[in-house]
Amino acid sequence: MSIQKAQNNKAWFMVLPVLILVAISAIIPLMTVVNYSVQDTFGNNEFFWVGTEWFQEILSSERFHNALLRTLLFSGLILAIEIPLGILIALAMPKRGWGASVCLVLMALPLLIPWNVVGTIWQVFGRVDIGLLGHGLASLGIDYNYTQNNLDAWLTLILMDVWHWTSLVVLLCYSGLVSIPEVYYQAARIDGATRWAVFRFIQLPKIKRVLLIAVLLRFMDSFMIYTEPFVVTGGGPGNITTFLSIDLVQMAVGQFDLGPAAAMSLIYFLIILLVCWVFYTVMTSYDNDEPTSGGGPQ
Amino acid sequence: MLELRNITRHQGEDVLLDDISLSMQRGELNILLGPTLSGKTSLMRIMAGLDKPDSGELLFDGVSVLGMAVQKRNVAMVYQQFINYPSLTVFENIASPLRVARVETSQINRQVAEVAELLQMTQVLDRTPDTLSGGQQQRVALARALVKKADLVLLDEPLANLDYKLREELRAELPALFAAMGAVLVYATTEPTEALVLGGDTVCLHEGRVEQFAPTLDLYRTPASLRSAKIFSDPPLNSAKVECVAGELAFANSQQKLGINIEQIPDGNYTLAVRPHHLGRERDGLDDIEVKGSVSVTELTGSETFVHFSMEDNSWVALLRDVQNFAVANTVVFYVQPQHLFLFDSDDALVEWQSTGKS
Repeated sequence: MSIQKAQNNKAWFMVLPVLILVAISAIIPLMTVVNYSVQDTFGNNEFFWVGTEWFQEILSSERFHNALLRTLLFSGLILAIEIPLGILIALAMPKRGWGASVCLVLMALPLLIPWNVVGTIWQVFGRVDIGLLGHGLASLGIDYNYTQNNLDAWLTLILMDVWHWTSLVVLLCYSGLVSIPEVYYQAARIDGATRWAVFRFIQLPKIKRVLLIAVLLRFMDSFMIYTEPFVVTGGGPGNITTFLSIDLVQMAVGQFDLGPAAAMSLIYFLIILLVCWVFYTVMTSYDNDEPTSGGGPQ
Repeated sequence: MLELRNITRHQGEDVLLDDISLSMQRGELNILLGPTLSGKTSLMRIMAGLDKPDSGELLFDGVSVLGMAVQKRNVAMVYQQFINYPSLTVFENIASPLRVARVETSQINRQVAEVAELLQMTQVLDRTPDTLSGGQQQRVALARALVKKADLVLLDEPLANLDYKLREELRAELPALFAAMGAVLVYATTEPTEALVLGGDTVCLHEGRVEQFAPTLDLYRTPASLRSAKIFSDPPLNSAKVECVAGELAFANSQQKLGINIEQIPDGNYTLAVRPHHLGRERDGLDDIEVKGSVSVTELTGSETFVHFSMEDNSWVALLRDVQNFAVANTVVFYVQPQHLFLFDSDDALVEWQSTGKS
């Protein structure tokens, strides 16, 4: 009995460091935010209970709705461009030899650049007076100015994100593709399978798991994007590129409305959690449903 | 009929296949036997049309198929790895060659059901391959090959990745399954035992060359060369250098006489060879030959004993029935019947010989 007890204490002792780390890095900050979200303050460290008032205010505010729609649209476009593009590039990359190493290094380069540097690069790159892209387009007679034109601002941000993050999708897909044994392709050739059938029935099922990770990572990252648009457009022109994160920072740091900002953070967090859960469920349940609907390589 | 004429293939400096000529009949099992890297897979890839030979001709029913794309040839192939479409059900996997051939749905259903019945897969038709055991996965791959009704069926070590019991089971079924197809059947394996169980004809391959092509049993009984004998022997063949002087054989190293007189062969150097299981502890006949050596190690399996011993500086193995133990460094005596001794001349070709009794 006493031996058993000693062992239990030891076990607690072993997990303690992890518990402390998780508490400091996640639980305590999250609880602080929860605490702010249900109270109001007028300074002097005095707090008043307001219940769900902030949540109601945020959920019914048009400013929040617009920012949410903009963010969803941005993430949707990012996924729609980066996932197919990433798969295509991964498919086209050489599987062995020196070409493979060169491609991998080239692909990894954008991922190594810090976010605010990426923002700065594109901010300068797109400037009409001195930027290579902006000036080049202007001298071609194309009216491009991301600081004034809404569409140009969006195009610049999307182009920047595609440039920065498609590599991640490429690398993930590539790792899935190179793990497919050569005999699968041989067998497909003997079966007379078309290029599309090879992709649909061999390559896609084999990279599905890494693709799920790619989709989740790219969704979360693009949905939380802050630094790059902050550096490039600052949320403008007007507030056309004010995404949820930028809006949140304006509210919390700019206006110092801690209560509503905390409520918004929690809603923001729950939306990300919900969408990720939907993606995960849909993509993994596809695993079980698909066979009955599969048509065979035709 | 599949005919290969002077097929040669290089990869860089390496010769993968060296001047291979073979002809294989429909409805017969042709076994490619050889160790790894002997060219079995290279040869199969050429037969399938996945690779082109550097030179040579490949004829199917008298027509050259070298220029024909893989998809146009009616070929089926089963691999050592279990290759199936991972996301499709067993049914769709088996049906896939028929769908490519645009066979009608009702006919697909019937044919898949037939083959599934034959391979005992009816219960698992709507599962995906990754939920099946290795043996069942390979059955799916075999079913795909069967349902395709191919003219040429290539089986590349199809049982190598299965466990012992499943291998025995499938090995017993395979010849019957494919015999009825009327296709040219080619089966690659590294295991002589497998070739013996399957029967048919065997091609002995060594470093990209055909050592011998003969009915499997003939090849086992009278290997034309020392290499064929070595390839077709598991556990490895025992061999020793001997000299023949005036019809009497003696070990080359020690001049120790074997105690046997033979006729009809000229004097000179020969290689004597005997399969491990032909060495026995008891003298069966008067003209049995005595082999002496000192035990180096004894390996026991469930029902057999491998005795490794050194004899005249050659390391030999005797395969004995039952579990027997021998102390290391002890001298052991084995007997071998004269008809189980192979003699190969200095060019490693088999020499016909007859014993004229003891000297």
